[in-house]
Amino acid sequence: MLTLTSPVETPLHRVAAGAKLAALALFTLVLFQLTTPLALGLALIAIAALYLTGGARFARHGARMLRPLWPFVALIALWHLWRDDLTAGGVILLRMTAAVAAANLVTMTTRLSDMITVLERLARPLSPVLPPRRLALAIALVIRFIPVLSDRTALLSQAWRARSARKPGWRLAAPAALAALDDAEQVAQALRARGGTG
Amino acid sequence: MERSLTHIALFAALIAVLGLVPPLYLAGAVPITAQTLGVMLCGTVLGAKRGLLAVLLFLLLVALGLPLLSGGRGGLGVFVGPSAGFLVGFPLAAFTAGWIMERTTLPPFWAATAGGVIGGIGVMYLCGITGMAIVLNKTWAEASLLALAFLPGDVIKAVLTGLVTQSIARARPAALLARA
Repeated sequence: MLTLTSPVETPLHRVAAGAKLAALALFTLVLFQLTTPLALGLALIAIAALYLTGGARFARHGARMLRPLWPFVALIALWHLWRDDLTAGGVILLRMTAAVAAANLVTMTTRLSDMITVLERLARPLSPVLPPRRLALAIALVIRFIPVLSDRTALLSQAWRARSARKPGWRLAAPAALAALDDAEQVAQALRARGGTG
Repeated sequence: MERSLTHIALFAALIAVLGLVPPLYLAGAVPITAQTLGVMLCGTVLGAKRGLLAVLLFLLLVALGLPLLSGGRGGLGVFVGPSAGFLVGFPLAAFTAGWIMERTTLPPFWAATAGGVIGGIGVMYLCGITGMAIVLNKTWAEASLLALAFLPGDVIKAVLTGLVTQSIARARPAALLARA
């Protein structure tokens, strides 16, 4: 669950993160200029070929990442079949799939630490309002406290199940939020005792 | 300073954790996740500004490649997909809910429910439907039909936002920063 970076090493893993992000931005811009199914289809084939350079396992993982799109694909396909306007439908679907697949590809081939390095570089002009150290601390706190809060919520859920046959569902939200509030107070005190956020 | 930072970070984590709660299925098909409940709580508990920052921090981590959106989604792809508009709506909805919480003197339940309706449905749907209209190249009216299926679930969630905010207000009156 930790990150979406693929454990399968591909040649794209070795490309610098900044270069991949710049290429992605350019590719997405170009996609929105293309208007024919042929050009968009070629763009999608190019992305699929990049996925395949990582091997079959990597490509299957990439296809799984596109799953949330399928309900939209089905709806748009039905709509355009009914309207008898298949070209327009094809343009929309090809463009959407290519854009999401390209973005996922960058995510799958870039390590979190490399992403954070790019972010630090991009956030440097903001440093008067947002000191880089504070942003880094905030990111680290979130990453550290997701498992902590998650464990706490699991305990609350077990306690609920010990008392009731029904599922706790949303009833966990209030105690989970209280846990977050209490942890926030304690971590704030601990930070202050150690010299603050700098 | 430290308190603001830790509250923002811990509530960003809370949005992620609530996204892991298995969704409730309305009429067997339409999933209602607790994730947007977390987004609304950022606003109603932390207030407009801190709530906005907490949601932005959460979205930043999603963009960096952590699978924190409900269903284990994440990465850069979700920001160009058909639901991208809803992600833009997340911070604005939290801000709106926080603003209503701060500027009204209604009891916490009613203020938070109003925030849930105006922010979580009004602002969120405005952004989300606009996003779907752009990505799917449909008119605004056609795209809004797609969002209609989620409306009953979001009305329930607005009331839940009110209930949860009320129980936090009772358990930790001083911790409700939106009313501090």
